[in-house]
Amino acid sequence: MARYAGFHRPNRPLALYAAVFAVVLYLPILLIPVFSFNSGVFVRFPLEGFTFGWYADLFQREPLIRAFWNSVKVACFVSLLSTLIAVPAALAIARYRMPGKAPAVAFMMLPLVLPGLILGVALLTLLNRMGVTLSLVTVALGHMVICLPYAISVLLPRFIGFNRALEEASADLGEPPLRTFWRVTLPCNYPAILACLLMTFTLSFDEFFMAFFLSGAEPTLPMYIWSQLRFPRDFPSLLALSSLILLFSFALIFASLRLARIGDPAQPESGR
Amino acid sequence: MSAADPAAPVRPGALTRFLHRHEGWRGHLLLAPALLLMAAAILFPLGMTLAMSTWSLAGYDIDRTPGLGNYAAMVENPMFGALILRTLTIALTSTLFTVILVYPVAYYVAFHVTRHKALWLILLTLPFWTSYLLRVFSWRVVLGQEGVINSALMGLGLIDSPLSFLLYSQTAVTIVLAHSWAAFAILPIYVSLEKINRSWLEAAADLGDGPVRRFWRITFPLSLPGVVAAFILMFVPTMGEYITPLMVGGPDSMMVGNLVQAMFGPMNNWPAGAALAVVMMVTIALAGLVFLLLNRLVQR
Repeated sequence: MARYAGFHRPNRPLALYAAVFAVVLYLPILLIPVFSFNSGVFVRFPLEGFTFGWYADLFQREPLIRAFWNSVKVACFVSLLSTLIAVPAALAIARYRMPGKAPAVAFMMLPLVLPGLILGVALLTLLNRMGVTLSLVTVALGHMVICLPYAISVLLPRFIGFNRALEEASADLGEPPLRTFWRVTLPCNYPAILACLLMTFTLSFDEFFMAFFLSGAEPTLPMYIWSQLRFPRDFPSLLALSSLILLFSFALIFASLRLARIGDPAQPESGR
Repeated sequence: MSAADPAAPVRPGALTRFLHRHEGWRGHLLLAPALLLMAAAILFPLGMTLAMSTWSLAGYDIDRTPGLGNYAAMVENPMFGALILRTLTIALTSTLFTVILVYPVAYYVAFHVTRHKALWLILLTLPFWTSYLLRVFSWRVVLGQEGVINSALMGLGLIDSPLSFLLYSQTAVTIVLAHSWAAFAILPIYVSLEKINRSWLEAAADLGDGPVRRFWRITFPLSLPGVVAAFILMFVPTMGEYITPLMVGGPDSMMVGNLVQAMFGPMNNWPAGAALAVVMMVTIALAGLVFLLLNRLVQR
C-alpha cells in the first residue's frame, strides 16, 4: 500500500491515542487471568500469593465438566451446520444474478440488527407454543440464527474475489459442476471456510444472550458461569475458568481472522 | 458476470443444462437452505411474538382472545414510558460516546498505519468476538466495591472508603456498554475512511487547503455513512441489553430488556413481555429511521 503512504506525515498524538485505546480495550479482560493466579478469595489489590489451585479446582467440578461438553457439542454442531448452509448461500450471493437477491440478503443479515434478546424471546415463544421442550437442540437452533450472518459475511469477500477462470477451466475440461466445486472451489477457498468454521464455533461456544432463554435442564458453559456468579467463594475458580475460555477463544478467533485474509485477492495485505 | 460465458461445458447433462441456462434458479437453489432456516427461526417466532402480545394472562393460563390490553397497560402506566426513555438515554449516550472515541482510532488505522494494517484491525476487533458474558464480568472485577479500582486507590491512600458510584450505577452501565460494543462501531467507520479516494485529498492540498480544512471538507463528510452505520450497528444491540444492567447496574439503571427478561422469567407474564418486546423493536426501528433521515439531510 505504498500508494499514498507518504501523504500523511506521522502523527504522534494520534498514534499514542490509538495505542492507549487498544490498551484500555484489553485491560479489563487481562485482569481476569491475573487474579486467577491470586491465592486470595477476594478480587482486590494487593495480590496475595501465586497459585494454580483455582485451575486444579476446576477439574473437581462435575457440573462444570458436563456444561463444558454440552457447549462443545452445541458449538460443533452449530459450526458444521451453519458453514454447510453458508457456503452455498455465499456462493449464490457472490455469483448469481437472480430476482429478489437484495431483499433475501438483507433478510439473512437481520440478526445483526436485531437484539439477541428479541431473537431469543421470539424463538422461545414459538417453541413454547409448539410444545417443544427446551434442550441443547433449541440452544443450537438459536445459535444457528446468530452464526449464519457472520458465516456468510466471512465467506462472501473471498468468493467474490475468487478467480472464476479456474472454475471455467475445470468446466471446459468436462468436469460436472459438483466435481468442479469439490476439486476447485473448495480447495481454493479452504482458508475462508476454515475461518468460518472456527468463528462460528467460538461464537456458539461463548454465546449467552440466546442460551439464557433457550437452554433447558442442561446448561451450556456460559450458563453455568452465570449460575455460579452468586457464590463469592467460587469467584476465583470462575476466574480460572474464564481465563481458559478467553485464551481458547482468542486463539481460535485470531486464527480465524488471519485465515480469512490469507491470499485474499480482493484485499491485498491492507485488510478490510 | 457470467451470463455470456463463452466457455460452455463440453458434455452437459440435462440438469446441468437446465441450471446452466437458468442462473436465477441455480442461485435460489443454493440460497434456499439458509433462507428457509432464517424464515423458520426469525419470521415465525416474530410473528408468534406479535400474536402473543395481543393475548392476556388469565390466572396461570393464557387467554388467547386478541386485544390491545397489554399495550393499553403500557400507555397508562408511566413507568413504561420512563423505562423506555431511560433505555434510549443509556443506549444513545454509550453509542455517541463510543463513536466519538473510536473515530480517531479508525482514522489512525485507515490513514497512518501502512504496515500491519490487518493486524491492527484484528487486535481492535478480537475482544468483540469472544464471550460477551466474560467481558462484562471482567468489569465487575474492575469496578466492584472490593474491585481493582477501589482497592488500588485505597491502597495508594487516595481515598478512604470505596467509591460506591463505580458499580451498580447508570454510569457503570454506560461505560461497560461503550466498552463492549466498541468493535461494532470501529469497523464501519474504518471501511468508509479506507474507501476515500486519496487523490481528492491531494487535490485539496494542491489547491491550498491545510490539514484541518482537508479533514472537515473531505474526509469527515465522506466518512459520514460509516459513522451512521456505526451508530446504528451499536445502538441496536445496546437497546436490547439486559446482561450489563444485571451485572454492573443498580435499580436506577435497569433497561427495557431487563423487564422483558423478567416478564418471561420470574414474573411469568409472557403476553406482556411479548408486547414490551414488540414496543422495543418498534422503538429501535423508529430510531434507526431517524438516524437514516438525519444522514440524508447531512449528506445534502
